[in-house]
Amino acid sequence: MPDLSTNCGGIKSPNPFWLASAPPANSGNQVQRAFDAGWGGAVWKTLGQPIQNVSSRFGATKIRGVAGVGFNNIELITDRALDVNFREIYETKKKFPNHAVIVSLMVETKAEWQDFIKRAVDTGADGLELNFGCPHGMCERGMGSAVGQEPRVNEQITSWAVEYSTIPVLVKLTPNVSDILPHGHAAKRGGAHGVSLINTIKSIISVDIDRLAIEPRVGGLSTNGGYCGAAVKPIALHMVAALARDKSFGLPISGIGGVSNWRDAVEFLLLGSSSVQVCTEVMLRGYRVVEDMRDGLEEYMRKHDFAKLDDMIGKAIPSFSEWGNLDLNYETVAKIDANKCIGCQLCIVACDDGAHQCIHPNADASIRVPVVDESECVGCNLCQIVCPVSDCISLEQVNNGFASATWNEHVHEGKALRPKKGAH
Amino acid sequence: MTDRIGEARSEAVFEDFKGQYTRDQATVEANRCLFCSDAPCVKVCPTHIEIPQFIRKIATDNVKGSARTIFEANILGMSCARVCPVEVLCVGACVYNAMGVPPVQIGKLQRYSTDVAYDAKWRFFEAGPDSGKRVALVGAGPASLACAHELRRHGHAVTIFEKRSAIGGLNATGVAPYKMKADRAAEEAAWVLGIGGVEVKTGVAVGTDVSFEQLEQQHDAVFFGAGLGSDTKLGVPGEDLPGVSGAVEWIEQMKLSRVPTDGVRHCLVVGGGNTAVDVVREACGLGIPRVTMLYRGTQAKMSGYAHEWKAALPEGGRADWQAVVTRFEGDGRVERVHCARLDAKKQPIAGSDFVVEADLVLVAIGQSKLGALLSGLEGIALESGCVVTDEHGCTGRKGWFAGGDCRNGGKEVVNAAAEGKAAALAIHAYLSGGSHA
Ligand SMILES: Cc1cc2nc3c(=O)[nH]c(=O)nc-3n(C[C@H](O)[C@H](O)[C@H](O)COP(=O)(O)OP(=O)(O)OC[C@H]3O[C@@H](n4cnc5c(N)ncnc54)[C@H](O)[C@@H]3O)c2cc1C
Ligand SMILES: Cc1cc2nc3c(=O)[nH]c(=O)nc-3n(C[C@H](O)[C@H](O)[C@H](O)COP(=O)(O)O)c2cc1C
Ligand code: SF4
Repeated sequence: MPDLSTNCGGIKSPNPFWLASAPPANSGNQVQRAFDAGWGGAVWKTLGQPIQNVSSRFGATKIRGVAGVGFNNIELITDRALDVNFREIYETKKKFPNHAVIVSLMVETKAEWQDFIKRAVDTGADGLELNFGCPHGMCERGMGSAVGQEPRVNEQITSWAVEYSTIPVLVKLTPNVSDILPHGHAAKRGGAHGVSLINTIKSIISVDIDRLAIEPRVGGLSTNGGYCGAAVKPIALHMVAALARDKSFGLPISGIGGVSNWRDAVEFLLLGSSSVQVCTEVMLRGYRVVEDMRDGLEEYMRKHDFAKLDDMIGKAIPSFSEWGNLDLNYETVAKIDANKCIGCQLCIVACDDGAHQCIHPNADASIRVPVVDESECVGCNLCQIVCPVSDCISLEQVNNGFASATWNEHVHEGKALRPKKGAH
Repeated sequence: MTDRIGEARSEAVFEDFKGQYTRDQATVEANRCLFCSDAPCVKVCPTHIEIPQFIRKIATDNVKGSARTIFEANILGMSCARVCPVEVLCVGACVYNAMGVPPVQIGKLQRYSTDVAYDAKWRFFEAGPDSGKRVALVGAGPASLACAHELRRHGHAVTIFEKRSAIGGLNATGVAPYKMKADRAAEEAAWVLGIGGVEVKTGVAVGTDVSFEQLEQQHDAVFFGAGLGSDTKLGVPGEDLPGVSGAVEWIEQMKLSRVPTDGVRHCLVVGGGNTAVDVVREACGLGIPRVTMLYRGTQAKMSGYAHEWKAALPEGGRADWQAVVTRFEGDGRVERVHCARLDAKKQPIAGSDFVVEADLVLVAIGQSKLGALLSGLEGIALESGCVVTDEHGCTGRKGWFAGGDCRNGGKEVVNAAAEGKAAALAIHAYLSGGSHA
C-alpha cells in the first residue's frame, strides 16, 4: 500500500491534502470535521487584528452552464475573536495530534508579529504560514500582497517570524507579480522553511449587465477581488514549477490553486509540491471531496509503482525546458479514428477558422468523418482539444528524415530545420 | 427439469435492455451528477451506496475507487446495477426529477464501474483473521451471499446449504434475462465467494437432507435465507393440464435450460405483479405471437411496476383487466381458458363468462412462504409465513437469524443484499458476545 504521508518544510501530515487558509478552515468545528472526513492538514483562516467583512463577498464564473469554474472573493482575514481562534486551534491539535495544523498570520508591526507568533506557537500548532498574498482590502492597509510584492519587506518580516517561531514557517506567496522567483528567494533569505502558492489573483469576476454594476455587489459598489478555483490551476502550476526547477531555490513547496480532484493534486506533486492546499472545491462541494483525492492518488501511485510521495514529487520537472531547447524538427500530424468519429466536424471548423485549414469534409458527402491533409497539418492539437470523443483524434509522430534541431542549435551551430508547414 | 445452468438456454436470445456504457458515455453522465449532500438517492437505496461519491470517482476516472465505494456498501453491486428497479429507487429519487431534467442514470453508471471491476479482476476485500466460529447459511441466494461475504470479513467460517445445484438464488433462476442472465449471476456468486473460506454444499435441502437441529448443533449461529417457495396455484379445475405452469417455475426452466415455445400461438399470463409483467415480456421475446396478461384488477391497481408494463407494450404484451380464470379445458393439454369478469369490488359479474383460447398458461399470482419450515423451532415467530426478526435480522431464537425474501415476504435483490449484510453484522456482534444475543 503506497505511503501517502508527507513532510512539507518540517510539517508532517498523514496525507498531502490540506485545507487552504480560507472559510473551510475558519473554526475548530470545521477543521475537525474535515480531519474526520480524511484531510491530512489545515491552514487556519488567517489570523490578525479581527476585521469586519462586507456582504456580499463571492462571485463565480459560469462557463457553458457550469458555475464555479472560477471563483472570486472580497472577504478579508478572520472576523472571529482571537482568543477563540487560538483556543480552538489548541483543542483541534490536541484531538488530532498526527494531523498538520498550521496557523496563518497577517499583522503589521514587529511587536504584533512577535505577539501573534508566540500565541500561535503556544497552541501546539505544527507550523506557521505568513499570508503575504491577499490581493484586496488588506494590501491597502500595507499587508497581504503589499508585502508579497516587495521582496525586501517580505524578507524582513519573514526573518522576524523565523526569529520568533520555534516551529516551521511557510511563506504564502501572491501570484500578483510578473516573476515569482525574486519573491520565493526573498522568503528563503528571510529563513523560511518553505513556501506556499498561489494565493488569489487580482480580478473582477463579472459585471451585472442589467444593473451596470461590478459583482459581487455591496450596495451599489464593488471592488477587485481574488480569483481562484479550477480556472487558476495553470497559473499556479507554472509558478510552482518555476520555483521547483530553480536549483538555487530548493525550499519545499505547498501547492495551491484550483485543485479539484486527485488528478490536479498529482500534477502539483509532479511539479514539485510536497503538499497541496484546497479552498474553492471544498467551498463548492464539501470536505467529502477528499475521499476521491486520497483514493485516486493512492491508486495512481500503485499503478506507477511509487511507494511513497517522495518518489513522485517533482518527477515532471525535468520535462520543462526553455523554448529555445525544444526540437523544431519534431513533427506530429493529426489522425482521426474513423471508427470512433461521431461526425460532429468540430475539428473542421476549429482547423478552418482557428488553425491551418487542413481538415476537410470527406469527398463522399455521405461520410461525416473528416479527412486530415497531413502535408499541411502543423500538429497544433486544436482539433484534438475540440473533439468530444476520447482517443478519437491522436497526434502521431512523423519521421521527416531531419535530425533533431533546437532553435538554439540552429542559431549557434547552424543545424538544419525542416521546411515550414502551413506557412503560406 | 435440470437446475444447472445449461449450455443452450432459451434465455440466450435476449439482449440487454439497458446496455453497457462506454467510458465516454459514463463520463458524460457522471459529470451531470450534482454531488448532492444527504442525497435522496442514497437514502432510498436499501444498501445506502454512497452514490454521489461513486459517480464523482467515475468523473475523475478513478473507476477502481468508484467500484470500491459501491462494493463496500453492497457486495452484490454488480447484479443490483442490472436488476434493481432504479426507476422507483435511486433514479426515481434524483433531484433532477424535481427540476424537470432527466435524472442521472445511476444504475447504468453503477453497472459501468462494477463491470470494469469484474473485467479487471479487481478484488477489494480480504477475510478477517479466523474467529474459530462457524455459521450455517440456508440457501445460496442474494441474502446468503451478502451475509457470507460480510461474515468472512469478520473471520467467521461459513457453510452454505443450497438445495439446488445452481447457486445465486432467484438472481440466477428468476430475474429477467434482458436484465441479467444466469451465467452472470453465477459469475457474481463466484466473485463474492472468492473471498475464500466459504464451503458451499449444493444439492442439500435443509429440513429434508439435514435437519435444522443438526445445523444448530454443528454451528455457532444459523442464517435462514431460503427465499420463497413454489408458485401459488389458482385452485381451479384443469390446472394440472400440461401447458399450465407456474410462472417462476417456467422462468427457471427458461433461464437454466429450454422452454418449448415452438407452435405456441397464445400465451395467457395470469396475475398483475412484477413476475407477471416479466413473463409477458419474456414470452414475447421468445417469439410467442400473442401474449395476454389476465389480471383481476384495473391497470391502476396492478402491483407490477408501471415502467415495466410500459416497456412490455411495444414488445407486444397485451392485457385483459378485471377478469379471473374459472377453469382450464383441453384434450390432453390446455386449449381453452374459461374466465369471468369482475366488478370494481373484484366480484364476478353474473353472466360475464367468456372463453379464451390459449396453448400456454403461466400462473404468476405469487409464491408460497417458507417460514413454516422453521415452525418446529421454539422461539421463532412467523407472520403470514414470513420469519419475524428485529431490524438487524435476529429471530426470537438464540443464534438464529434471517433475511431476504423469507423475511420480507418477497422484495428485491437489493433488499436481500441489505438484510443479509445486516444479519452478518448482527451475527458478528452475537458471536463476539455483543448485544444481538
Ligand atoms: C420472476 C422473478 C423476477 C425477479 N426479478 C427481479 C428483478 O428484476 N430485480 C430484483 O431486484 N429482484 C427481482 N426479483 C426478486 C429477487 O430475485 C429476490 O428478492 C431475491 O432473489 C431474494 O433473495 P433471497 O436470497 O432472499 O432468496 P432467493 O433468491 O430465493 O434464494 C434462496 C435460495 O435458497 C434455496 N433454498 C430454499 N429452501 C432451501 C432449503 N430448505 N435448503 C437449502 N436451500 C434452500 C433456494 O434454492 C434458493 O437458491 C425477482 C423475483 C422473481 C420471482
Ligand atoms: C473566500 C476566500 C477566502 C480566503 N481567505 C484567505 C485567507 O484568509 N488567507 C489566505 O492565505 N488565503 C485566503 N484565500 C485564498 C486561498 O487560501 C487559496 O490560496 C486560493 O483560494 C487558491 O486555492 P483554490 O483554487 O483551491 O481556491 C481565500 C480564498 C477564498 C476563496
Ligand atoms: S444522482 Fe441525482 S440525487 Fe444522486 S447525487 Fe447525483 S444529482 Fe444528486
